[in-house]
Amino acid sequence: MSKPEVEIVVEDPNPPASDSPAVTSTRTVDVVAALLLLALAVLLGFDNWRTGMSWDSTGPQAGYLPFYLSVILAAACLFGIGKEFLARKQASETFVTRAQLRRVTQVFVPTLLFCVVTQWLGLYVASFLLVAGFMAFIGRIAAWKAVLTAFLFSLIMFVTFEIAFDVIMPKGPLEALFGH
Amino acid sequence: MEAFGLLIYGFSVLLTWKTLALMMVGLVLGIFVGVLPGLGGPNGVAILLPLTFTMDPTSAIVMLSCIYWGALFGGAITSILFNIPGEAWSVATTFDGYPMAQQGKAAEALTAAFTSSFIGSLVAVLLITFLAPGIASFALRFGPPEFFAVYLLTFCSFVGLGREEKHKTIISMTLGLLLAGVGMDTVSGQLRMTFGSNELLRGINFLVAVIGLFGISEILLTMEERLALRGHAASISLRVVLKVWKEMPRYWATLLRSSAIGCWLGITPGGAIAASFMGYNLAKRFAKDKDSFGKGRIEGVFAPETAAHASGTSALLPMLALGIPGSGTAAILLGGLMVWGLNPGPLLFVEHKGFVWGLIASMYLGNVVGLILVLTTVPVFAAVLRVPFSAIAPMIVVSCAIGAYAIQNAMFDIWLMLVFGVAGYVFKKIGIPLAPFTLALVLGNRAEDAFRLSMIGAAGDLRVFWSNGLVGSITTLALVLLFWPLISSALARMRSAIRRDAGLGIK
Repeated sequence: MSKPEVEIVVEDPNPPASDSPAVTSTRTVDVVAALLLLALAVLLGFDNWRTGMSWDSTGPQAGYLPFYLSVILAAACLFGIGKEFLARKQASETFVTRAQLRRVTQVFVPTLLFCVVTQWLGLYVASFLLVAGFMAFIGRIAAWKAVLTAFLFSLIMFVTFEIAFDVIMPKGPLEALFGH
Repeated sequence: MEAFGLLIYGFSVLLTWKTLALMMVGLVLGIFVGVLPGLGGPNGVAILLPLTFTMDPTSAIVMLSCIYWGALFGGAITSILFNIPGEAWSVATTFDGYPMAQQGKAAEALTAAFTSSFIGSLVAVLLITFLAPGIASFALRFGPPEFFAVYLLTFCSFVGLGREEKHKTIISMTLGLLLAGVGMDTVSGQLRMTFGSNELLRGINFLVAVIGLFGISEILLTMEERLALRGHAASISLRVVLKVWKEMPRYWATLLRSSAIGCWLGITPGGAIAASFMGYNLAKRFAKDKDSFGKGRIEGVFAPETAAHASGTSALLPMLALGIPGSGTAAILLGGLMVWGLNPGPLLFVEHKGFVWGLIASMYLGNVVGLILVLTTVPVFAAVLRVPFSAIAPMIVVSCAIGAYAIQNAMFDIWLMLVFGVAGYVFKKIGIPLAPFTLALVLGNRAEDAFRLSMIGAAGDLRVFWSNGLVGSITTLALVLLFWPLISSALARMRSAIRRDAGLGIK
């Protein structure tokens, strides 16, 4: 029988502060999302109306089902907005605190950059940059460890997908140098 | 028994070195995925799907389903040792599993979790073996109206029986159905909702959406939390395993009950998460000393794990027999089927015998091998958690991007994945369920085709959905389920009114 002592401990180098002020409430986001979906429903509904949403001799036209689905989507969004509006006097939960938002941005922005870089330099170089950068700057891990991990990871990915499984990824000048 | 002979045939398909090796790889990757918080069964399967694109379908499905079994096993490790559910369906396992680990009985709890998982899946696989061929051959007689009725039933039961707010389930589902319709209309060949974009011409790929919704959004959500963790290390000795196994028969009622709940919720779109909670709550309700639950009772580990695995496994039954997935992960496997060029549905049992029975045989073998693997390698996988999240997060992002790109070799899909990632993050936080969206996106086109083909067949007469007993009863059942919340509250009101009248009568 193993002893009941804590043996695996992983610390978070920069945890989000628990007393951070709220950026926005769940209700606000709920309403904004519903409005966006409503706009989408109107847009798609219009497009399907243009395609043809009526019923001809052989049954429904191409736009028929999507048109009515847009109507249902719009109705559900309006219902949600109305519901939140009626409940506006009650307190709403925090959607995200400032500290949490900063952390989410810390992953989202590098991910966005990764996608941009993938277009220019290919996926494997971008992946090296993302892993190394993220580990070193956000994880505060020693630079040599970050670079080594990133290099090994990208190499393993390259060998697995490009060579072993024949899955072709976007590649850039570096891969071209090695004849891939 | 015909099923028995076919099962033997399935094993013969399976027993090659290559398939067995892929199975092991799948299991190890799956356990890995299950252990990591922020990377679950559906994400794992979705991200690793591109690995299988160049394989033959049988090897591919064996590897993918083994990832799924592995993830189911792996979820229990973090729940018990760290009190962090690696998967939503192992939340209930933490209630008694973690207290057991605190009392120094981590090895017992883990053995109990793995063994009961194994039993749960075994019951479900037996069910699949003997029920699925029958359902499939029955469904061979289905025409478009019947299929549409079954799709309708699936969609309606999500709305009617889901626990989320109804309008949010409807938003999720209609959005999925609408996005499924983007691109070329399969019946008339017209373009819909493409707004002149060449990229949208291909349509919105289901797997790209899934990778974004589950993979990227999960990373964003995980980063929000404090990522420190503390847990117990444990290794399992043979003595403990035998001790737990000797105790097990005493809990046969719990195991049986949880298996039954799991199978039911797996086949209907209730899902493993609901099953694990229900299994736990029922075990508690039937127990003599309810207070000992939550304080490290082994039964509290048996109940949710059996139910979760029975449900996760039996979710594959409707997918195989009818082409309708019973869970998010099953939906992704269905997406895989289409990528490998197979047409999901009852014909699978006729046209691709080797594939179907190889898969079923791999469920048996995968679970046995998985059980042995987790029992022997727990310390290794628990140590995976020592790897800091800041190293794992970017690697998951890269894997997601590879997955999204590989499906159609399109850079546009990587951007689409990112959009879905943000949408998934927001949806999860405001309570819009993702499962109906996933299901709608994968089934949308098939449902629409079925509807329009039945309309063409019936010259636009909606009564075709009540044209015979079978299709009529499925359609009616679907509508009853859709309005079930209204019906059940009306029934309750009627009952209380009757009671009041009766009470007045006595006075």
